[in-house]
Amino acid sequence: MTDQSYDEWVAALGTDDAFYLECPEGHGSLPPRRTCPHCGATELSETPLPEAGTVETYTEVHVAGPDFAGQTPYLTAIASFGAVRLTGVLRDASEGDVETGLSVSAGTAENPDTGDAVVVFRPR
Amino acid sequence: MNDVRIAGVGLTPFGRQPERTGRDLFAEAALAAREDAGVAREAFEGLHYGNFMGALAERQGHQGPLMAEAAGLDCPATRHESACASAGMAVRHAVQAIRAGEHDVLLAGGMERMTNLPTTEVTESLAIAADELFEVRAGMTFPGAYALMARAYFEEYGGSREDLAHIAVKNHANAVPNEFAQYRREVTVEEAMDSPPVATPLHLFDACPITDGASALVLVSDDYAEAHGLDAPVRVAGSGQGGDKMALQDREAFSRTPAATAAAEAAYDDAGIGPGDVDVAEVHDCFTIAEVLALESLGLFDHGEGISAAREGRTTRDGDLPVNLSGGLKAKGHPVGATGGAQIVEMAKLLRGDHVNSDALSDPRIGVTHNAGGTVASAVVHVLEVAE
Repeated sequence: MTDQSYDEWVAALGTDDAFYLECPEGHGSLPPRRTCPHCGATELSETPLPEAGTVETYTEVHVAGPDFAGQTPYLTAIASFGAVRLTGVLRDASEGDVETGLSVSAGTAENPDTGDAVVVFRPR
Repeated sequence: MNDVRIAGVGLTPFGRQPERTGRDLFAEAALAAREDAGVAREAFEGLHYGNFMGALAERQGHQGPLMAEAAGLDCPATRHESACASAGMAVRHAVQAIRAGEHDVLLAGGMERMTNLPTTEVTESLAIAADELFEVRAGMTFPGAYALMARAYFEEYGGSREDLAHIAVKNHANAVPNEFAQYRREVTVEEAMDSPPVATPLHLFDACPITDGASALVLVSDDYAEAHGLDAPVRVAGSGQGGDKMALQDREAFSRTPAATAAAEAAYDDAGIGPGDVDVAEVHDCFTIAEVLALESLGLFDHGEGISAAREGRTTRDGDLPVNLSGGLKAKGHPVGATGGAQIVEMAKLLRGDHVNSDALSDPRIGVTHNAGGTVASAVVHVLEVAE
């Protein structure tokens, strides 16, 4: 297994084809996976990711690793999108505007320090 | 089953020692433990050694045999990696091997060399204990991960930055007399509150430092201790390990650490005790919020009550349950792969009565150590007991 399926998932996140993996029990997870992390099922199907997510927790990072060193301070959050949670950088918001429960959309943007695609949330 | 005794303990001072190699650090701790135990070199049957980021920090993998050699031993050696719980896991494996009757005399411990790297590289090296795809690439740092847990805790149970500051104040106060501690100075709540943010709501004084250091223990079977007349009054009465999902986003909750709960329950069951029997604890306070999560996971405080334990004086040196009398990771320092072993070294000395802070305890019988890996995707808990 390579990171290819992760890269494909990130690429899809920025389009109308955003998805997560769903097992027969309804548990959600994200690729790369061969098994459901919650029940071990091996039948995983691509299911559309809900358009709206909810911020569950967040932080403003002031001391970063090299891949984000040029962006401090920046916001990182975990948001729930139905059966799955995503971790991403929260853009178009300042810490004072954010609170848990904030409705966000998920997409991608370029990490200016590396040129890689990064998962981003934006307030809806 | 063979009972396991702690026959000898050794530490290096914890702190900034960028000029010292890993092999030099571990040799110092190991030789101190060997001298404390008074066990012949030829008696050692193996080394269980913890290290996390040596391949990045020193470009040195395969550290097991290297460190056996540094310790002056000629025996099989294994490196254990479980992020910040590496040394705790190394000790656990040594305990299991002695209990199983496979060995009678083992060296266990760990080492980490960190300050020879710039801070950004240390931050990146530590981040590999998180999920590379779903956390690190999303800008999560290690302080950031604990910050996400701290905010979730505040949302669920209440609590404030000031409550966390009291934990830093407590652990710094405990470190002052500890010659092995990195920061031997008291801090105030105001200083902690005014320190710069690292990852909100956590500020600099909520975080443990970057540290070099090593720890070592000589573990022997009860039979060996008796046959050789060793002075080994502390036994490892219980050992437990727990696990959880790697990424925070896949956990059931962010305000609890069930891997530590599972480890504690297993260790208590193994030792035949409950949390009410614990006299003293050394817990993994890599961030102040981590001490709160540890106290609650160990069952020492109910969920939602650990946050105020230091402020209320319950976990201070004169409280009913002193926690981190060593200074903890917060003030004593956190050389990642050495920490779990160092906690057991400190606890053994507290129970033996020859720790610099032993006078805070009145006839202690049972101590618990809690060593967490990553954001507690792995955890190991040990129960130490004064032997009858």
